Amino acid sequence: MISLENISASIHQLLSANLSQTAVILIEMSIIALLAITLFALLGLILVFMERKVSAWIQIRLGPNRVGPKGIFQTTADTIKLALKEGFVPDGADKFLYKLAPFVVMIIAMMLLAPIAFAKNFAMWDLNIGVFFITAISSVSVIGILMAGWASNNQYSLLGAMRSGAQIISYEISAGMAILTIIVLTGSLQISEIVNSQSNGWWLFKGHIPAVIAFVIYIIAVTAETNRAPFDMAEAESELTGGFHTEYSGMRFALFFLAEYINIFIVCAVGATLFLGGWMPFHIGAWEGFNHIMDFIPSSVWFLGKTFFLIFVIMWFRWTFPRLRIDQLLNLEWKYLLPISLFNLLFMTLIAIKGWHF
Amino acid sequence: MFEQVSANNNGELVINVGPQHPATHGVLHLLITLHGETVTKLEPNLGYIHRSIEKMCESLSYRQFIYTTSRMDYLSSHINNHACALGVEKAMQIEIPERAEYIRVLMSELTRLASHQLWWGAMAMDLGALSPFFYAFREREVINDIMEETCGARLTMNYFVPGGVMYDIHPNFVKRVKDFIVLFKSKIAEYDELVTGNVIFQNRMKNIGIISKEDAISYGCTGPTARGSGVSCDVRKNYPYSIYKNVQFDEVLEYGCDAFSRYQVRIKEMYQSVRIIEQLIDQIPEGEFQAKTKAVIKLPKGEFYTRVETARGELGVYIVSEGGTTPYRIKFRSPGFSNLSALEHMVKGHKIGDLVAIMGVLDLVIPDIDR
Repeated sequence: MISLENISASIHQLLSANLSQTAVILIEMSIIALLAITLFALLGLILVFMERKVSAWIQIRLGPNRVGPKGIFQTTADTIKLALKEGFVPDGADKFLYKLAPFVVMIIAMMLLAPIAFAKNFAMWDLNIGVFFITAISSVSVIGILMAGWASNNQYSLLGAMRSGAQIISYEISAGMAILTIIVLTGSLQISEIVNSQSNGWWLFKGHIPAVIAFVIYIIAVTAETNRAPFDMAEAESELTGGFHTEYSGMRFALFFLAEYINIFIVCAVGATLFLGGWMPFHIGAWEGFNHIMDFIPSSVWFLGKTFFLIFVIMWFRWTFPRLRIDQLLNLEWKYLLPISLFNLLFMTLIAIKGWHF
Repeated sequence: MFEQVSANNNGELVINVGPQHPATHGVLHLLITLHGETVTKLEPNLGYIHRSIEKMCESLSYRQFIYTTSRMDYLSSHINNHACALGVEKAMQIEIPERAEYIRVLMSELTRLASHQLWWGAMAMDLGALSPFFYAFREREVINDIMEETCGARLTMNYFVPGGVMYDIHPNFVKRVKDFIVLFKSKIAEYDELVTGNVIFQNRMKNIGIISKEDAISYGCTGPTARGSGVSCDVRKNYPYSIYKNVQFDEVLEYGCDAFSRYQVRIKEMYQSVRIIEQLIDQIPEGEFQAKTKAVIKLPKGEFYTRVETARGELGVYIVSEGGTTPYRIKFRSPGFSNLSALEHMVKGHKIGDLVAIMGVLDLVIPDIDR
């Protein structure tokens, strides 16, 4: 059966048969870099298109339908337009930081793609602290946003950046706690091991109620962390016109935009990996025939299906709910989500120690 | 003019909100002083869309000046036209045919519905929920189509003339309005479900923008803004004009004094408008739609004041006549202007997000404020 695992293995064999080890590593690294950039661009295009279609569907509109069949090239056209636009730098802006900020945000989003297992045994870098790597790196992205807000020399941007700083730092904790509840069960930070531990059932089902609570908290926290409505305090176009990217135009704006969508993809991918079994197919206990059919679906399809389902849920939030106020947002985190997730973690630890989970 | 300052001596941030800002719904300029996220001072700065309508009216005849008022509060243009037509009729003592009165009230209430729908969508958009805007427009479009069929316009109607209405209603009018009422009744429940019942929305709206009954009166607030504070000020009830004294409807009063009360007043007013339309739609009498008037209208010497209830509050039209074909002086008392004056009182001490919510619920139409 053709799978991503086999393809990568055969490429590796082909290269090692003919070349020295250093050359093999160099070539493989450049292939991976190329693939990562392609994936980054492709994901951005797909997710922006998906957002447009989902929002159009919710808002009884048609959405893009002119450029290409069903409008699938609309995002490409927009990207070209943005690339050709002047990258405007406002007077009095800190030019270096202003230009650096979109790249910081984008590079961090790209780094986060590394440990994610896209299919069975198919990840760029399956390091032993994969989940820790993701939580650590993703919290750096706030620096890019603060940089953009501060360097723009615009009060709206500054307010947006400050909001974003408070928000991301707060919700990081809840997201971390929710992730920890699953780590407690698996006893490993490595993504491949977390997925393997769910071969007999997804943690969402195996982990009793605490896992469900952790899943809900995780989804809320990451919606806030990626600055998506109803927690889009940093942008808040009706309050702060555009928040931290008010002054950005052209490709610099496009990079912020792309990074936002890549971040959504990553948090949903992590959510799918931790709670929904990553690339593991859906199995029901002793239904041999059913399980066999499920195994037949490629693992990459399972992974992407789960991830895109979570992305859809997050988009659904955005087009349904009004925005919270900044103090309500922080209240929600510090007064509700954090205590709940702390007790949830304790409860889950108890379950893990006693071995009550399935 | 304002000096461009970014921070004052107290470490407070001074921000220009508008004249180009998504939440001001037009060219309103607010100069706000922020302490962190809290608004400590707010100064509205008007004049960006001033077209000197009052001055223009002085050189227009009594048939013509009505058309400028469609451009004031463009969301309730029928009702503005009504106020002016009433003023001329009162001065000339013209008897209006019964049929014209029915058409006028029906049109006014449809306008009120359309206006409140747009407000509902735009307000939800201010709060960050983008979808309600499209749902509101879905139904508003039906009203616009009905208007277009009869008046030939979708926004600046210019349909009411001194003595009645310009044309008779379209043959489809009654049927289409009835269809719309059936449709709208099912959709308004959806509005409530989507926005009113939402926990986030209620938390955003409750206990912000508080204005007591006394303050509302002293600021001259009218319309839903004042009725949300329990001030009985519905002109249709207190000083009935046209055939409003013959129809059954309730004046909606809420006593919460906050933004959510004002929100509820508007939502409940939609139900009342539906009630008025339902009572009248089957009763439209046959007959003339316009009274016979002279080709050139000359108002007797004197001062005339009429008021109507627009979707935003009380619109007063004050005409000073010297006996000629054009008014000597015209003054419009627009509801938006007085309601805006209370904005600083409502917003002070609240967050910048609340400013947007409070402004959204005030339902400001800037051309109405500036004229």
